Amino acid sequence: MQGSVKYTYPADGFYGPFGGAFIPELLQPCVEELRSQYLSIMAEPSFLHQFEALLKDYVGRPTPLYYAHRLSKHYQSHIYLKREDLCHTGAHKVNNTIGQILVAQRLGKQRIIAETGAGQHGVATATVCALMGLECIVYMGEKDIVRQAPNVQRMKMLGAEVRPASSGSKTLKDATNEAIRDWINNPSDTHYIIGSVVGPHPYPDMVSRFQSVISQEILWQLKEKTGNENPTRIIACVGGGSNAAGAYFHYLERESVELISVEAGGMGVHSGKTAATSQIGTQGVIHGSMTLLMQTKDGQIVEPHSISAGLDYPGIGPMHAHLIQSKRAKVVAIEDDHAVKAAFLMAKLEGIIPALESSHALAALDELELKPNDINVINLSGRGDKDLNTFMNHTRHE
Amino acid sequence: MNRLQQLFNRKAGNILNIYVTAGYPGLHDTESVVLSLAEAGVDIIELGIPYSDPLADGETIQASSQQALANGMGLSLLFKQVARIRLKSQIPIVLMGYFNQMLQYGIPAFIQHCETSGVDGLIIPDLPIEIYQRDYAHLFGASTLSLSFLITPQTPEARIRKMDEASNGFIYMVSVNATTGTETKVSTEYFERIKGMGLKNPRLIGFGIKDSAGYNQACSYADGAIIGSAFIKFIASEGIGKVKDFVGGIRGLE
Ligand SMILES: Cc1ncc(COP(=O)(O)O)c(C=O)c1O
Repeated sequence: MQGSVKYTYPADGFYGPFGGAFIPELLQPCVEELRSQYLSIMAEPSFLHQFEALLKDYVGRPTPLYYAHRLSKHYQSHIYLKREDLCHTGAHKVNNTIGQILVAQRLGKQRIIAETGAGQHGVATATVCALMGLECIVYMGEKDIVRQAPNVQRMKMLGAEVRPASSGSKTLKDATNEAIRDWINNPSDTHYIIGSVVGPHPYPDMVSRFQSVISQEILWQLKEKTGNENPTRIIACVGGGSNAAGAYFHYLERESVELISVEAGGMGVHSGKTAATSQIGTQGVIHGSMTLLMQTKDGQIVEPHSISAGLDYPGIGPMHAHLIQSKRAKVVAIEDDHAVKAAFLMAKLEGIIPALESSHALAALDELELKPNDINVINLSGRGDKDLNTFMNHTRHE
Repeated sequence: MNRLQQLFNRKAGNILNIYVTAGYPGLHDTESVVLSLAEAGVDIIELGIPYSDPLADGETIQASSQQALANGMGLSLLFKQVARIRLKSQIPIVLMGYFNQMLQYGIPAFIQHCETSGVDGLIIPDLPIEIYQRDYAHLFGASTLSLSFLITPQTPEARIRKMDEASNGFIYMVSVNATTGTETKVSTEYFERIKGMGLKNPRLIGFGIKDSAGYNQACSYADGAIIGSAFIKFIASEGIGKVKDFVGGIRGLE
């Protein structure tokens, strides 16, 4: 049906060998309801109209594609920043939550659940629930509730209930398990807004489509600025992979455009304290999807480590597993210290404080062979206000 | 014919299947718990392979899995424990586990070690029928193991028939659409409807059954019942020495 498209859409729910819906029968009614309707809902004129209007007037799209003069000079190569940090709530996450809340309304759901790690997706979900007047419950690992207190306060102020996930390792993967269990127990009135291109089909596809607005804008913005829609490469950080999926989407089949996926190296890829999923992970099933994940040889899921809570996930979206395994995307791992340094460089050269997640993408510039005429587009997925404490503590220790 | 199929040939109705997490409460308690259950007249043992992320399970089974993992439980040890049980008992044993563990072990090796240790059947809650048929049926289908699928009150009839066709164990009727151990009112309409379908496999009802009333109700609509969370709670508070009392309490004076 999708012709010769190799990477953009899943076939039967699978991106190559990855994806699918490995879910208990208990979850089938929820997932099947969504799967059978998401494409037709997303094609409705009234949906498209409302989605576009909200992205424009509420989120503040299109976000600028900014030519970073001093950073370009520093690296002796052309660098454009896609300013997702200027989205309402401070990150790209809201593109997806706006889309999903409109789907949830059309499915007649009154109750919204979500998982969150750093709290960014939780805040973006609480925001759209407030906007639409829907009940909102956000599952968050007990440990993360302590680590990310300001975002917990934001969610509460927006009217959401933050429920601690106290099972397992008490972090993002467990918050995701709890949200899935909640959905099993409340199939009829609840929609689960997943925060990245992870989970069972159709989530990876649906979330990619909502985030694809990022590359849709890059196409014309770059043409306007350079006369050419295609950059040399696009660089994005990958936790679950939603900002990368959005920045890549319309370029996936244009194989001359390099895609650079930046993972969190943590304290070092082989240090045992890392979130470099594609490098130390192996094929398996996590949260209903066949993908690459960090696990023991017995198949128990391993807790990742990254200085950035948004990259601290033991899996990776199935689309990215496919892009990496088929060598369409190249992977770079950036360690904690390096990401922090990149954030300071950006702050001083451009007057922009990037999110820790996005700082990983910036740091990748040091790892690539950049030529003077190259056009590099970096997806600046979020702003760094939420990370100020980490930045300050980190420099104090240096 | 495996022990599970022999049981169903021999006995119709009032079948009691008790679930326990392997390696719980103590790493080496699996054998004595299973043997006590067998002695107490339980018909089938469902041994849970503890997993770090058991999506379909409620708090009780999650906690028991976590404890078993902390005890050091793993698949290789589980196969050794089953082999030891087989020296003393021929009670049908079904393994319940999440698909990722089997995938990492290697499906062919997993099947082979199930067969050689004396496992009779499998329940894999997160392997849906479509993916099973497409990618894995040729592997499991060629083994002596019986595969059982879960159905819920929401499962459409055509899907139930597909599972019944693909299965050679039992149909695991989840009593309510909820995670294990949830106490919700069951729908007898659902029990009647499935009973009227004339499925080729026996039907066992599970999830949320905790006492003799629940057991008797299940037996009046199906071939038997599966009890999990209630038994885990019992051994958590009473220890593993009184397993017979638990079974006696469920079965009463049958
Ligand atoms: C600013 C920012 N960038 C990136 C991510 C990582 O998510 P993803 O890989 O889905 O874009 C997050 C997650 O919280 C984030 O807040």
